[in-house]
Amino acid sequence: MVLNCRHVWDRISDYIDGTLDPEVRADVERHLAHCEICSAVLDSTRNIIILMADDRVFELPVDFSQRLHARLDAVLSSEAPDSA
Amino acid sequence: MTTSPPGAELQQQRETALIAAILSGEREKFHDLIRPYERQVYHTALALLKNETEAEDVAQEAILRAYRKLASFRGDARFSTWLLAITLNEARTCLRAEKRASLDSLDSTDYGDGVVTPAQLTDWRELPSEALEREEVRSLMQQAIAELPVTFREVVILRDMEELSVNETAEALGISISLVKVRLHRARLLLQKALAPRLRVAWKPEKKRGVIRRLPWF
Repeated sequence: MVLNCRHVWDRISDYIDGTLDPEVRADVERHLAHCEICSAVLDSTRNIIILMADDRVFELPVDFSQRLHARLDAVLSSEAPDSA
Repeated sequence: MTTSPPGAELQQQRETALIAAILSGEREKFHDLIRPYERQVYHTALALLKNETEAEDVAQEAILRAYRKLASFRGDARFSTWLLAITLNEARTCLRAEKRASLDSLDSTDYGDGVVTPAQLTDWRELPSEALEREEVRSLMQQAIAELPVTFREVVILRDMEELSVNETAEALGISISLVKVRLHRARLLLQKALAPRLRVAWKPEKKRGVIRRLPWF
C-alpha cells in the first residue's frame, strides 16, 4: 500500500516502538526512504523520546531522599504494615 | 513473547525476599525496597501536579501508603507498577482536593479528534543528550510536558520517562493497552510539535560571534 505523509505520522509511535505489522512497517519504510519531511518528523520524535528518558529533565529536589528516609524512619519505628 | 529485560527477574526475587522480610518484622528493610524507585515516584507525582512541593508531599504519602498496605501487594504485578499506581492515586486525590481537575480535564480522551499534525522541519538536527546540561533546554522540555493534557502526560511520563512497558503503563493507570497506545502516540506527536521548533532554536552548539547567519528561509 502506498502511504501518504498523514498515514506515516499516524504510525510514527508504533514504528518507533517496533509494534507495526511487518507489511505496514515495510510500507512506512518505503515512504521514509523518499520523504524528507517524514524522516525529519521521525528523527525529531525519536530524539525527543531519548531526551525524555534522561534523568536530567527533572531533577530531584535537593535533599529529597534525606527527607523521605527521615520521615520513613519515624513511621517504621512506630508502625507495622497493616495486616492483609 | 514475554521476555524480561536482563536482571529484571533477579530484581524481582530480591524484592519478593525484601517484602517477606519487612512483613515478618524487619521493617527497616523498607528503605532498601523503596530506594530504587524514589525518583520514579517523584517524577510521576510531578507529572500530574506540576508543582515540586506538592509532588514531594505526594511522593512521601504514596511511599508511606505503600508501606502500610504492603501486605496487600500481590506478586502478579511488579512492585514498581503497584507503587506507581498508588502514586497516581495519591496525586489524583490531591488534584481533586484542589479542584484543579476541572480545569485540567481528566477525561480528554478525544483530544483534538486524535489528529495531531507534527512540526515539519526538514533541517532537524539531532540534539545530543549533553543539551540537557543547559537549563534552557530542560525548562523547554518541562514546559512542553506540563502543557500536555493530564491523561497524555501520565502515559508519556510512565512510558517514555520512566520507561515502563506499554503493558505496565496500562496496568499502573488501570486503562487498556490500546488506550495507552493511542494516548502515547498523541502525546509524542504533541511533544514533537511543541519541542522540535523550540529545541532547534535553543540548541546552537557553535558560537555566532556577532556574524549574521544566513537563514535558509529568507
